[in-house]
Amino acid sequence: MNIVVCVKQVPDTATERKLRSDDSTIDRSANGVINELCEYAVEDALKLKEAHGGEVTVLTMGPDQATDAIRKALAMGADKAVHLSDEALHGSDALSTSYALSQALKKIGFDVVILGSESTDARTGMLAAMLAERLGVPQLTLASKIEVDGSAISIHRQTDYGYDKVEATLPAVVSVVEKPDPFKPRYPSFKGIMAAKKKPIEKIGVADAEIDPAQIGLAAAWSVVSDFTAAPPRGKGVVVNDEGDGGTKAAEFLVSKKFI
Amino acid sequence: MAVDRLLPTPEARDLLDLTRDVADKELLPIVDRHERAETYPEGLFATLGAAGLLSLPYPEEFGGGGQPYEVYLQVLEELAARWASVAVAVSVHSLSCYPLATFGTSEQVERWLPDMLAGDLVGGYSLSEPQAGSDAAALTCRATRVADGYEINGAKAWITHGGKADFYALFARTGEKSISCFLAPGQVDGLTFGKPEEKMGLHAVPTTSAHWDGAVLSADRLIGAEGQGLQIAFSALDSGRLGIAACATGLAQAALDAAVSYAKERTTFGKRIIDHQGLGFLLADMAAAVDSARATYVDAARRKDAGLPFSRQASVAKLVATDAAMKVTTDAVQVFGGYGYTREFPVERYMREAKIMQIFEGTNQIQRLVIARGLAR
Ligand SMILES: Cc1cc2nc3c(=O)[nH]c(=O)nc-3n(C[C@H](O)[C@H](O)[C@H](O)COP(=O)(O)OP(=O)(O)OC[C@H]3O[C@@H](n4cnc5c(N)ncnc54)[C@H](O)[C@@H]3O)c2cc1C
Repeated sequence: MNIVVCVKQVPDTATERKLRSDDSTIDRSANGVINELCEYAVEDALKLKEAHGGEVTVLTMGPDQATDAIRKALAMGADKAVHLSDEALHGSDALSTSYALSQALKKIGFDVVILGSESTDARTGMLAAMLAERLGVPQLTLASKIEVDGSAISIHRQTDYGYDKVEATLPAVVSVVEKPDPFKPRYPSFKGIMAAKKKPIEKIGVADAEIDPAQIGLAAAWSVVSDFTAAPPRGKGVVVNDEGDGGTKAAEFLVSKKFI
Repeated sequence: MAVDRLLPTPEARDLLDLTRDVADKELLPIVDRHERAETYPEGLFATLGAAGLLSLPYPEEFGGGGQPYEVYLQVLEELAARWASVAVAVSVHSLSCYPLATFGTSEQVERWLPDMLAGDLVGGYSLSEPQAGSDAAALTCRATRVADGYEINGAKAWITHGGKADFYALFARTGEKSISCFLAPGQVDGLTFGKPEEKMGLHAVPTTSAHWDGAVLSADRLIGAEGQGLQIAFSALDSGRLGIAACATGLAQAALDAAVSYAKERTTFGKRIIDHQGLGFLLADMAAAVDSARATYVDAARRKDAGLPFSRQASVAKLVATDAAMKVTTDAVQVFGGYGYTREFPVERYMREAKIMQIFEGTNQIQRLVIARGLAR
């Protein structure tokens, strides 16, 4: 099975995140790390490979320093990587990113594409759907479990009430959610880190992937993020003193918030 | 605060990054719970093994990490800064592989070492007995030749990971003037373990006695020649002591870091306590002790890696680093004042953990003995 896993490098969530003052894109000079949900995507890709054989290719779009995220995915066990990197891509929004990635994916070829369901920097959560549409293949989003049987693929789509089972045929695009142990992403082993240094990373640019420059970059973006603010700190909450009528007061509170 | 280390290779830097990542995510969140409840962290050693952290100083051809001691010890130090009992158990695991890796025949090495280094097994080291600690040559546990190997009878004591380990480097008497080394399986008929000792610290990993009552080990489990046991034990301990020195350094570093960050927060008499010269100097002495501990063990490790004699330097490192850990952790409690004496902060645990470092793998009196003998030669 030809598995492609899309991996993004994001600013470390532990550090303060900023927009660039010149063009209000995300400031990527901060310490870059692999997007956490992408690690889950890599783990799912590796599990599929272990069960069905084949090859796991990492696809990353991002500036040069994104190779650190690629190396991490390779150290976890992916076989090779394609790094789509081009000045012309700077400032691409979700729509143009999905276009650029879809062009790269057409070039690489795939049975299944796996992505994290969102990234910690932009958090649009739309890329999987856009990619599937552009590639003309089924989208299986918010998967907490992936199963493949021949050309059939099914997932558990995480929902508020549990999960929906969603089925499709390959090729398909899958986005994955965070999962508890034992489905947590593995650590790259020390040997994996050593081996990753020798695995091939193919660098490609806009022209190699036959990407139309008019559809990418800051100029082609349909959306612009002009600013963001931190969520306000949580308030103190309501304290109900139980003077024998605590139950009633708690119920009244829940009614006022339309919970009951 | 990450220690700014001088490392010999880019791969060593990657290894230390990996170690910090694993230690921060797998050790830090659970250390306090297990140390308080005195429970064993099931599965944790398998995680360390899968990351390749249980085989670092052994050759790659047998599944090891092929790392010099200079690097392996700094990994141990990072582990110890999060969780001393886990780091000590990792050090003892390396120690338990040493006799086979160094004195085993090529057949023995090929047969057992790859499994021991694969990451899902842990080893223990069983030299001490109730009446033979510093004076290891006084041990009485017997290995008697029988038709199909050696029958083992007697009591061993103080085994780190006792009852949990998958194999043990076992030292037993094969004659009046003869002690021998065996690679014993963790489970065999006639081997039972005592209940874990109630210790001052290192609560998460059990220390137990072992009772050998007619268990039979096949003859091929003898490592080295009959009578070579003490030489093997002491040779292993030269390296093991470096492991303890590194663990002690990590512990001291953790205490220093905690003390410095507290001293920047706490104010008395209108200023941060770190800005009172009397306390600033205390912290300065702590930092000097941590740095000199690291410098001595790294120097001894480099000698070992270069193939030079390092026994005396290993004893100096163990002495300097463990005394530093005792001093630094005690002073860290002082920096925290009354809060330091409570379990609300980790420094009281560090102080309890530091004490054992001065005792096992040769008490610091024994280290002085080794150093003095080296001088007298
Ligand atoms: C938590 C823990 C884990 C351990 N893990 C292991 C393990 O995994 N494997 C293992 O084999 N052992 C282990 N040990 C045992 C440890 O190595 C011994 O306790 C240690 O070597 C000291 O031996 P002892 O307790 O018999 O003390 P003793 O030898 O009785 O010493 C008592 C005191 O006398 C001093 N002393 C003894 N001889 C001299 C001398 N010639 N000159 C000056 N002073 C002297 C000592 O320094 C000490 O202060 C462990 C012990 C503990 C507490």
